[in-house]
Amino acid sequence: MKSLSKDRLWAIAVLTPSIILVGIFVYYFIGRTIYVSLTDWGNDPAQALALNPIIRWVGLQNYQELFTGFLQGRFRQELVNTLFFTVFFILGCLGVGLGLALILDRNPKGEGLWRTIFLFPMSLSFIVTGTIWRWMLQPQGGVNQAPTLLGGQPSTFAWLSSNDSVLKFDWNALPLITAAVVGAVLIVVAVRAAREGQRTRTLVAAACAALLILWAVFIGPNVRLLAAPELHGFNLAMIGIIIAAVWQMSGYTMALYLAGLRGIPEELREAAKVDGARDAQMYRYVIFPLLSPITLSAMIILGHISLKIFDLVYAMAGSDNIAASVPALNMYLTSFRQNQFALGAAIGTILLILVAFVIVPYLANQFKGEEGHA
Amino acid sequence: MTALPQPTASTAPSRRAGAAGRALTYFLLVVAAFFFLIPIYLVFATALKTPDAIALPTAWHWPAQLNWASFAEAWDKVGGNMLNSLFLAVVATILSALLGSLNGYALSKWRFRGANTLFALMLFGMFIPYQAVLIPLFQFIKALGLYGSIWGLILAHVVYGIPITTLIFRNFYADVPDALVEAATIDGAGFWEIYARVIFPISIPGFVVVIIWQFTQVWNEFLFAATLTNTGSQPVTYALSQLAGGQAVSWNLPMAGAILAALPTLIVYIVLGRYFVRGLLAGSVKG
Repeated sequence: MKSLSKDRLWAIAVLTPSIILVGIFVYYFIGRTIYVSLTDWGNDPAQALALNPIIRWVGLQNYQELFTGFLQGRFRQELVNTLFFTVFFILGCLGVGLGLALILDRNPKGEGLWRTIFLFPMSLSFIVTGTIWRWMLQPQGGVNQAPTLLGGQPSTFAWLSSNDSVLKFDWNALPLITAAVVGAVLIVVAVRAAREGQRTRTLVAAACAALLILWAVFIGPNVRLLAAPELHGFNLAMIGIIIAAVWQMSGYTMALYLAGLRGIPEELREAAKVDGARDAQMYRYVIFPLLSPITLSAMIILGHISLKIFDLVYAMAGSDNIAASVPALNMYLTSFRQNQFALGAAIGTILLILVAFVIVPYLANQFKGEEGHA
Repeated sequence: MTALPQPTASTAPSRRAGAAGRALTYFLLVVAAFFFLIPIYLVFATALKTPDAIALPTAWHWPAQLNWASFAEAWDKVGGNMLNSLFLAVVATILSALLGSLNGYALSKWRFRGANTLFALMLFGMFIPYQAVLIPLFQFIKALGLYGSIWGLILAHVVYGIPITTLIFRNFYADVPDALVEAATIDGAGFWEIYARVIFPISIPGFVVVIIWQFTQVWNEFLFAATLTNTGSQPVTYALSQLAGGQAVSWNLPMAGAILAALPTLIVYIVLGRYFVRGLLAGSVKG
């Protein structure tokens, strides 16, 4: 037993450098970023690159500036871009990936070759993908010329430079929209909890929902984030970037689904067939339910990738294309081109919060089960 | 499985439906393959044209005369950066693979109180947006005197690679029976002897997965490359973005550059695809 504990100490000693490094590079740096985001470092250009800059504590002023400042409309549009990008990117990858996996699961000839073709973009850099697709989506070339190959007229869609957008809403309505969405989710939670007979959860959820709705009805309409209405929507210039991202990443969902499909025991399918289930029924009632955990983890992984996406947008749209930009790109430009470090740190912190919303529950859930029998 | 004899009378119609289904399967496969391969055709068609032969309306035409000089010219612009990337990726990959192997061994075979929490805290580092650490990282690398040096970039990649390499090795070693370790303990072997004699010799597949994964990640990475390096140490992703970013550039160069930059990871993927997919799945599925 004595030597065992000595070996355990060795195990901890081996881990120590990694723990220290991760501690510094992840947790301390995050803390530093949050601190910087609460200062005015770089808001005065003269102080930005000074050897001993005068840095003042300004509280949440940078965040306020980002969400309501006259000059930061670009950031707000980028948040909206990221939201739409995430939704369509996830839907695209799940749809294409599941479709490909279902086809490959029918064991076509040359399956390995097909799989290699569908998955190879995953091995490329986003910069390579972006460079290629930027060329394909040039206004008078590539994709727009494709109809002429079939005898049609060339398309004139301005893939990456379009200024049009759809689904526009006023930024001032954002608190109202948020309250409505969160309220609706809470109502669903309350109803489900009531059905399961969990009284506390029902009451808490219902009370929060009622509060939110009261707020939305009586106070919400009077909230003004900005002096003038500011419209934001789904910029059409993002479509090309979404297509390129799906091109690159849908092989990943395919691989996930394929692994899931291969893990379904043959007996289950046979049993369903013996019970007289047709193909469609078997998928509906046997296979898809078994795949739903994979869908969830794919959504989480893809969701955090899309919140972080930066290089693809940079390579496709460049740095000055306001219509097609994302907060991750803005953070880089704000910090390292304009040297507005505090503002950049605030954007980085907002990104971290968004990603944490997605990732922390996932990690907690993954380890809840393991901690039990450890 | 479809070859199993069907105990029903309706064999003929189902076979006809099967044939139609087969045809549809292959049709869809070909359509999907087009979606994935057309960009590759266009890249080569453009890279092999001479600058004056490149015109947007004829973007789809295969060049009448192949201009292989594009590649030589692109190599002149990004070749040095490719060598930077190669050095960076090889060194960073070897270091993070070794660290990951030791960490995974320590975490999976010598469980101690709080090991799982510690591991979860480590894993969080794999998912963070690096924008949330970029400014302090930049200051830190600069304070170490490593700004603009390839070693600063290596340090960043090794540290931020710890979570994923540890994860892959931890799951890999979890499948090694504990009985092996216990038997060695009874023989009087300690932590290091067990690693050297029992664990390391069977780690080759784990190392292959981790090395392929890290090599691809480091080679393809852009954000650190753009932030922590200067002209002398920029890796190929940054050089390619510069090559393609200019407005007056003739497109055969960035396309040839993209092919050059993609080649190493693409070759690794085609030759060792099975291991690549394992690394891919390791990030999301518990082993």
